[in-house]
Amino acid sequence: MRYFYFPGCTLETKAVGFNRSAKEAAGALGVELVTLPEWNCCGATFPLSTDNVLDLAGPARNLVSTAEAGGDTLAVACATCFNVLRRTNHFLRKHPDTLEKLNAFLERPQPYAGQVEVRHLLDIFVHDVGLEAIRRRAVPGLGGLRVAAYYGCMLLRPADEIALDDPERPGIMDELLAALGAEVVDYPHRGECCGAYLTVKSPEASMPMSYRILSAAGRAGAQVLATACPLCQFNLDWLQARLRQQYASYQPLPVMYFTQLMGLAFGLDPAGYGFEQHYVDPRPALAQAGVLGGIRSP
Amino acid sequence: MERPARAPIAHALVIGAGIAGMQAALDIANSGYPVTLVEKLPSIGGRMAQLSETFPTLDCAQCILTPRTVEVGRHPNIHLITYAEVEDIQGEPGHFRARIRRRAAGVRWDICTGCGACIEKCPTRVPSDFDMGLGRRKAIYTLSPQAVPNKPVIDKEHCRYFTQGKCRACEKVCPTGAIAYDQEDELLEIEAGAIILATGYELYDVTRLGEYGAGQVPDVISGLAFERLLSASGPTAGKIRRPSDGREPKEVVFVQCAGSRDPEKAMPYCSTICCMYTAKHAMLYRHRVPDGQAYVFYIDIRTAGRRYEEFLQRAVEEDRVLYLRGKVSRIFRDGEKVVVWGADTLSGQQVEIAADMVVLATAIVPRPETRRLAEMLGIEVDAHGFLREANPNLAPVSTCRPGVFVAGTAVGPRDIPETVAQASAAAAKVLSLFARWQLEPEVVYAGQS
Repeated sequence: MRYFYFPGCTLETKAVGFNRSAKEAAGALGVELVTLPEWNCCGATFPLSTDNVLDLAGPARNLVSTAEAGGDTLAVACATCFNVLRRTNHFLRKHPDTLEKLNAFLERPQPYAGQVEVRHLLDIFVHDVGLEAIRRRAVPGLGGLRVAAYYGCMLLRPADEIALDDPERPGIMDELLAALGAEVVDYPHRGECCGAYLTVKSPEASMPMSYRILSAAGRAGAQVLATACPLCQFNLDWLQARLRQQYASYQPLPVMYFTQLMGLAFGLDPAGYGFEQHYVDPRPALAQAGVLGGIRSP
Repeated sequence: MERPARAPIAHALVIGAGIAGMQAALDIANSGYPVTLVEKLPSIGGRMAQLSETFPTLDCAQCILTPRTVEVGRHPNIHLITYAEVEDIQGEPGHFRARIRRRAAGVRWDICTGCGACIEKCPTRVPSDFDMGLGRRKAIYTLSPQAVPNKPVIDKEHCRYFTQGKCRACEKVCPTGAIAYDQEDELLEIEAGAIILATGYELYDVTRLGEYGAGQVPDVISGLAFERLLSASGPTAGKIRRPSDGREPKEVVFVQCAGSRDPEKAMPYCSTICCMYTAKHAMLYRHRVPDGQAYVFYIDIRTAGRRYEEFLQRAVEEDRVLYLRGKVSRIFRDGEKVVVWGADTLSGQQVEIAADMVVLATAIVPRPETRRLAEMLGIEVDAHGFLREANPNLAPVSTCRPGVFVAGTAVGPRDIPETVAQASAAAAKVLSLFARWQLEPEVVYAGQS
């Protein structure tokens, strides 16, 4: 299985552990991720928040490049990039007049016709590789590590455009983690917003949001929380030092990328996974559950 | 139109024996004409038999219903066929022919005395649909102690004899030898001049309400289930006990429009009865649990009926039910609590209630069988599957097909008074046809509907 892969800015800079573990985990499953030549920023929050057609040119260029390179699928790891690219594609398919304008602006040899499918790695792993194959490959597995799958907003909503899972009761990441040998815990806030960009400007608003998610996952018995979104990862991870000050009984919970857990489950060397960059170091919890192999926590 | 060779048959077929079908059947039968009344369940009474008390009078539903069910059961002009479904209808007004499949009950009702010894002895217990899953029944059962007919049926999917080949406890204990495991479905053909469809409603599938727990939170129940908790003949003998641990809930949140008035995600229409029954639920809850708190989330309150608004005011003022104007966004389980997130749009605040139980006023939806019957008869249903009347203003119980009439919630959400009035109207339509045929037996009026 071979797919064009869109890493995105964050995975190339801050979330290098996500990027590396995603590619290695995919490789271990026989999924070759070919980095899209000359990819550019998806545009993050801007393209879909204005009526300016030109704002769509950024994300659309990646779709055009995929088509030009002969690809029919663009695989994405970052939940936000996935959301922006997929929704841009959806918009262009529904608005041929806008597509025509963009094609005229982009001046590429072949006009884009909406033929590329933007897919998240979770989708590819669960539906193309299959849970059975993942289960077979999951040696040494996660040894019953108790994991809370956290989806956030971007993987789920708007449901009719994203169409990855039921936003009210998502389960695709839970299924994947269970196939890796994790014990997935049930908790109510897997699709709740973590606070997103509010952390930058008004952390007093995002803190209760992150606290709600983390404390519920902790109460449900989770040892780590898994995410597919670098912004969620940052929020949920970074805010915990403050949460400890604010809430006396708060117990820290490591926040990991689901691909890092895949790498560990497949017995890959996690040296480049960036565990040392996490604010709440996941290694003690992983070592405690015996899934870190010979690697010792500091 | 082709003229039938024979005189039209002044015999009515009524499909569905809830309060609508019973009322229509009684009106026709009391006028001296024969009626065949077909019911899918083993006994009659429909949804109303599940209710605790009725608004706005707080009459005990069972108490006002039982005289009707008994009258239907004993009426010389009513041929009651329960545990049966209409499989096919052919013919034309004046001469319909219906094929009815009467399911094998496993019990010879002609010699069963209804003593109940078999039910007592049956070792198998399964969740009871009649009690909305909150109570249990045996594998040989009647719907309720007041069932008409008061004769049991065997649930072959759960009966030990049918699943494991041994047991026969009911057979051993039956004093009249009425147990007949090898009984087969019976096919009956009946002829009727006119038909009334009164097939009733179902509740919107709660598993489709993911934001409200998708049916996975045990202490989030439907309004119909709450009726069973309130009912003296229900699984808790009328005590308010929550399903998860049997404790008395001290904070109960009632959520109106759960699946109604939601064109984006669920049904676009108003289910009509929920404002009133929710007020009734909250009121009755406060009567049973005086130290409990009842909250109601509503979009707006629709009390368009005689003495309805007064009833609501009584719930608010005398019974101190707290009404919050706004929608509930999420319901989830947190430990022993059921947490409700909602908005109070009057104060402009977000509300979080750690409740002990939640009651969803789930939307009224048509039964799938109704669509099948409509197709069989060549009459229309609307976009949702409710039967379509010939004209909603001027012919509300007629259909586009002469001789076929409709009544009750199969046409759309409505309360008991309206349902009963409609059923009587449908019966009157049938009777006017019969009267006409008596005067002019040769003629069937295509346009008469």
